[in-house]
Amino acid sequence: MGEEVKDVIMSHIRRDIMNGTLSTGIRFDGRKFDEYRPIEIQRSVIKTAEGSAVARIGETQVLVAAKFDVVKPFADRPKEGVMITNAELLPMASPGFEPGPPDENSIEMARVVDRALRSAECVDVSSFFIDDDKVLGLYLDIYVLNHAGNYTDAATLAAIATLMDTQMPKIENGKIVRGEFTGPLNPTSLPVTTTMVKVGENWLVDPSRDEERVLETALTIGTTEEHVCAMQKGRGSLSKEELFDAMEIAFKRGDDIRKLLKE
Amino acid sequence: MSDSKGKVELIVNGKRMDGRSADDLRDVKIQVGIINEADGSAYVEWGGNKIVCGIYGPRECIPRHGASPYHALIKCRYMMSPFSSLEEHSRSGPSRRSNELSKVIREVFENLIIAEKFPNTQIDIFIDVLQADGGTRTASITAAAVALANAGIPMKDMVSAVAVGKAGDMLALDLNKLEDNFGKSDMPLAISNRDKKILLVQMDGLLTKEEVMEMVDMVEKGCEKVHHIQTEALKRFYQDGNEKVKW
Repeated sequence: MGEEVKDVIMSHIRRDIMNGTLSTGIRFDGRKFDEYRPIEIQRSVIKTAEGSAVARIGETQVLVAAKFDVVKPFADRPKEGVMITNAELLPMASPGFEPGPPDENSIEMARVVDRALRSAECVDVSSFFIDDDKVLGLYLDIYVLNHAGNYTDAATLAAIATLMDTQMPKIENGKIVRGEFTGPLNPTSLPVTTTMVKVGENWLVDPSRDEERVLETALTIGTTEEHVCAMQKGRGSLSKEELFDAMEIAFKRGDDIRKLLKE
Repeated sequence: MSDSKGKVELIVNGKRMDGRSADDLRDVKIQVGIINEADGSAYVEWGGNKIVCGIYGPRECIPRHGASPYHALIKCRYMMSPFSSLEEHSRSGPSRRSNELSKVIREVFENLIIAEKFPNTQIDIFIDVLQADGGTRTASITAAAVALANAGIPMKDMVSAVAVGKAGDMLALDLNKLEDNFGKSDMPLAISNRDKKILLVQMDGLLTKEEVMEMVDMVEKGCEKVHHIQTEALKRFYQDGNEKVKW
């Protein structure tokens, strides 16, 4: 209960101060409303995985690693490989994260990232076929290392950077030869998510932890170059006009991030 | 949601497999007060979906240390029965999917329930899908809204929910299971009836901005029809009393 009282009182004070600052057109950290914190991507950080990347958005850091295994295909798709996305909100990453099995927040985040990648069809799972009853399974593990706000966008970014970094394993006699590769996975599109939150009357792109504490509405939109590929509303409500405006912003910021990814 | 692409002919001569046109809803039937032990309840038949919803509370918060001195906690448990799909018997209990859906459904009602009236308590929303035919989350939200009204929980507004998607290349309201499985996109929405606020939006597949805009308008109209069915069900219950459920 102590935590709750602190959170409620603090967030009221924070909200008042924040609304005051926002009414002058800038955010606590000096950003414009539609501006991301500095974004940095580092690839091939885990040598034991077939692909990996760390994405930093401001102080938020998320690691994604890709591992292949030989698995059974799903019964309704015997010729296709599988891709499984899982997220861990590491207890070290935030005072609010606790050890234990994945909670609803990490499940939701993993499923939003998964939907964005899957809808964008960036991985051709039919190329994962090995033999009858044998296909490649691609495990994408998302590790949130430091949560300074907006881990969803950092996770999608690290995930797509990981897919760009991933090498296809060599297969011999239906088994993976570890450490030998046949070429890059080459994702065919670059899905990116853009998270926006409403504080007072203002929509803020890429919320900081402070902004997340006082948000009224949260919305994540995944985009490719031409399409919306995922949407998820978190807390709160919005009008359809706000939704349409948010899509516009998501395409713009998404294109910025796609440029970064191609560097 | 959708994953396989157009292996089945979903649209023939401009009509959908079940004879509906693009903006037709399936048959929706709602019955109120079907679980007499619960504080409020509703049963929804929506196409081939059969969903029951029971409400308990406001009641003591368990565990007690989780209670808030400021408002009632809203808890939601959405679950599919292991016999609810045509495929194999699934494992009972929560799944990653049901965990996510419980969360997004709870977040719909956190916007509506006047929780500040009941500090230190919790309000439970229990939803069980007995038979599934696509669009269970939207049917669940529709049922829960009616059940909460039946429980006398004060709310700022009512809510109705309908999904819209792409069957073949046609934008189509209220996808059934086949259209969902073989269609190209799916976007469930929940919209409050008076304020027209979007309380739930999720989406997968690939859509242009213009398509999304058109689909939101389709859902708005669909929600008005659903809202009418919801209010009629409540009126029937409070005028004529309890009717026995025909499962």
